[in-house]
Amino acid sequence: MELDDLVAQFQKKDITAFEKLHSMYAENICGVINVIVRNEALAQEICQDVFVKVWNKSDSYNTSKGRFFTWILNIARNAAIDKVRSKSFKREKQNLSADYFVGILERPEEVSDSIDFKGLRKLVKSLKAKCIEIIELLYFRGLTQKDAAEELNIPIGTVKTRNRSCISQLRDAMKL
Amino acid sequence: MDVKEYIASGILELYVAGLLSEKENLEVQERALESAEIQSEIEAIEGSILALSKTVSPGLPLGFNIVKQKIDVDKEIKVVDLKKRDVNWSWYLGWAASLLLAIGFYWMYTQNQELKSKIQVAEEENAQLEQQIADSDASLEKSEELLNTIRDKDIAVISLGGQAVSPTSYAKAYWNKSEQQVFIDAQGLPEPPDGFVYQVWSLKLSPLTPTSLGLLEDFASDENKIFTLTNTNESEAFGITLEPAGGSESPNLEQLYTLGAVSAS
Repeated sequence: MELDDLVAQFQKKDITAFEKLHSMYAENICGVINVIVRNEALAQEICQDVFVKVWNKSDSYNTSKGRFFTWILNIARNAAIDKVRSKSFKREKQNLSADYFVGILERPEEVSDSIDFKGLRKLVKSLKAKCIEIIELLYFRGLTQKDAAEELNIPIGTVKTRNRSCISQLRDAMKL
Repeated sequence: MDVKEYIASGILELYVAGLLSEKENLEVQERALESAEIQSEIEAIEGSILALSKTVSPGLPLGFNIVKQKIDVDKEIKVVDLKKRDVNWSWYLGWAASLLLAIGFYWMYTQNQELKSKIQVAEEENAQLEQQIADSDASLEKSEELLNTIRDKDIAVISLGGQAVSPTSYAKAYWNKSEQQVFIDAQGLPEPPDGFVYQVWSLKLSPLTPTSLGLLEDFASDENKIFTLTNTNESEAFGITLEPAGGSESPNLEQLYTLGAVSAS
């Protein structure tokens, strides 16, 4: 499998393999960080440091950590949450509204955005609010099922099924 | 649980979110290897999250280069650390070298001192040996002189035999009448007791008239025991007596050690 080979090369400190992996995941990882810190420049900076960390910790990845993307996702979430909890971040009094990530999508569209990308934004905006909530909590913030259930005031058993149905909606929308 | 049920349970969505334990992750991994359907389901879920997160991305204006640079910077920092360590090594080496040098200098200094003292000892021994040679030369000269004196054709040799007081004693007188000198070889006399001294007498026999020729002073310390005396008398015999220190006017004949008559020639 191509991904497994790339990861194996990367773990042998092959910078070219690492560059490919970076191109596969970096933009997405930066998006996750941006959802947490709500500051594009800061998100970009943290994102760079996350990939430096990924390179330095390459030995520590194995399949018990899940998907390679999931492993990077974990490192990124932890780095971003550490930043949000830091004194310097709190001093800047970031306006972390209770809004979920759809708020980010309200920014003006860029000329460079592709037609697909524009479509995707529309589609995300069309997702039900309760789907946006649960996807943000589980994927972007990494809350456990129990914590997410408390946050959303729903039974813990519902978290798993609601999440599945919301991801299915997202996938269906992408097919259109 | 069959594949459809497994997929419908929602566990794969949690797997992609990273919310499962390591054990559960490995279980999912195993099932994905067995079933291509599960594998493609996982990839589809991951794909949807990738697409979603991309919509909120601030973009990568600096791309991979900035990451590469930061990795290189990390490496450079490590290199600097190594350099620092190198400096420390040379610092230690420098001290070790100067310590060795100091020990070396001290060792050479002590060696030098030792050699100097050895040279001094050798010089002293040398001086002693030179003195011995000089002494030997002087002694040899004296002996030769003595031998020449004794061999002189004018000399008369008188044997003085041991007397009642000391029968084993003997002495010899070498008398050069023309030069009015007599040499007494007192080798055969015992060492005089403290406070006493041997006195040499020239004798005329009829009537018996002793004339003192002198004392054998410093008898014990004299090496060859040959004493030179002046004799102006027409001696007929020579005798040696033991007298109190300083000598006597007339000989104490009871302490006559040796006596010998001059043969008529």
